[in-house]
Amino acid sequence: MSILAILLTYIFINNFILVQFLGLCPFIGVSKNSENAIGMGVAVTFVTAITSVICWAVYHLLLVPFHLEYLETLAFILVIASLVQFVEMFIKKMSPPLYKALGIYLPLITTNCVVLGIALINITNQFNALQSFFSGLAAGLGFTLAIILMSNIRERMDYKPVPKAFKGMPIAFVSAGLMALAFMAFDKSLLTNLHLV
Amino acid sequence: MSEKKNHLMEFTKGFLKENPTFVVVLGLCPTLGVSTQVANGIGMGLSALFVLFFSNILISAMRKVIPDSIHIPAYIVIISALVTLIQMFMQAYLPSLYSALGVYLPLIVVNCIILGRAEAFASKNGILDSALDALGMGLGLTMNLTIISLIREVFGAGTITLFATKNWDGVIHIPVLNQYPVRVMTLAAGALLLMGYLFPLFHKIIAKKESK
Repeated sequence: MSILAILLTYIFINNFILVQFLGLCPFIGVSKNSENAIGMGVAVTFVTAITSVICWAVYHLLLVPFHLEYLETLAFILVIASLVQFVEMFIKKMSPPLYKALGIYLPLITTNCVVLGIALINITNQFNALQSFFSGLAAGLGFTLAIILMSNIRERMDYKPVPKAFKGMPIAFVSAGLMALAFMAFDKSLLTNLHLV
Repeated sequence: MSEKKNHLMEFTKGFLKENPTFVVVLGLCPTLGVSTQVANGIGMGLSALFVLFFSNILISAMRKVIPDSIHIPAYIVIISALVTLIQMFMQAYLPSLYSALGVYLPLIVVNCIILGRAEAFASKNGILDSALDALGMGLGLTMNLTIISLIREVFGAGTITLFATKNWDGVIHIPVLNQYPVRVMTLAAGALLLMGYLFPLFHKIIAKKESK
């Protein structure tokens, strides 16, 4: 699979939130205003891109030689948890303003399904290190795209008359459902039409 | 008597009052991801129940030993060890369910319900209460998954897929819906829309029950 095909696949065709349902909790929880949504999106993209490569390395350089493939879940979650902690410390030291903006989202990322999901999907798809990096990046960008769109919808919804029973969470789900319908327009034929497969 | 009632409360709160999906709104990813067939929904619910039950017991038993500063990594290691166990078990004995659940099975590790219960309940309460809490929450989750997957499969495909036995493939066909299924229900969009409509319904039921 070429790099461009991977990017298109994970940003649009297999968008993690709207097609694969990974990372729904932060998608619903942190999308109330667009500023937070951008912060969360950037933090997730940063972490998915790095963890994809490191998890790839751990799997192929550590688990495969010792025939410990069945420990992948355990190994990956430890890599992710420690990496998130490390990134948090690094940003805190290097760039306090960035830490101030992203700080509260970083601990949440450990339990974000997108991060562990893409690491496991990279292994299933037998991607190499470069492909893993770009699929991680694309997964993060797809998440960012969806959460920013969603936050804008929800900001506008504040001024619209919504039936009382649907206020808050339910209407967010209905709008996410309509967004997912729109995303169905992107499918595998996009790749064949662009001669990428 | 009041002691007994308290234990019962820990068990029953998972169904309505603190329903994991509709009230606490945690662990949505697997709930929506695997609920295209009833058998997958039940399988996912029971796997999560297993992990939740043992993680709650273990964490509750070790709550005085685990240092506070590293409690989250410690919980995650316990949970992922349990998930690895169930992954290997399922791969060996239920290979079809294993492939149907796919990436969502290892993702039980990051299911917010399990870590959430460990953090909010098992780290503060005794073993018996934690076990009951896990049973209630796990069965509540299984109930939600069964309802959601039943609606999605009946309307989306016109079938009800249960577990296959020796002389029955485990699929019930519903005559008319079978020929004219509402395809969107099996897709991502249908699941999200359905959640949007189940939410108010569920809260109405809870409100009615509480006003009684």
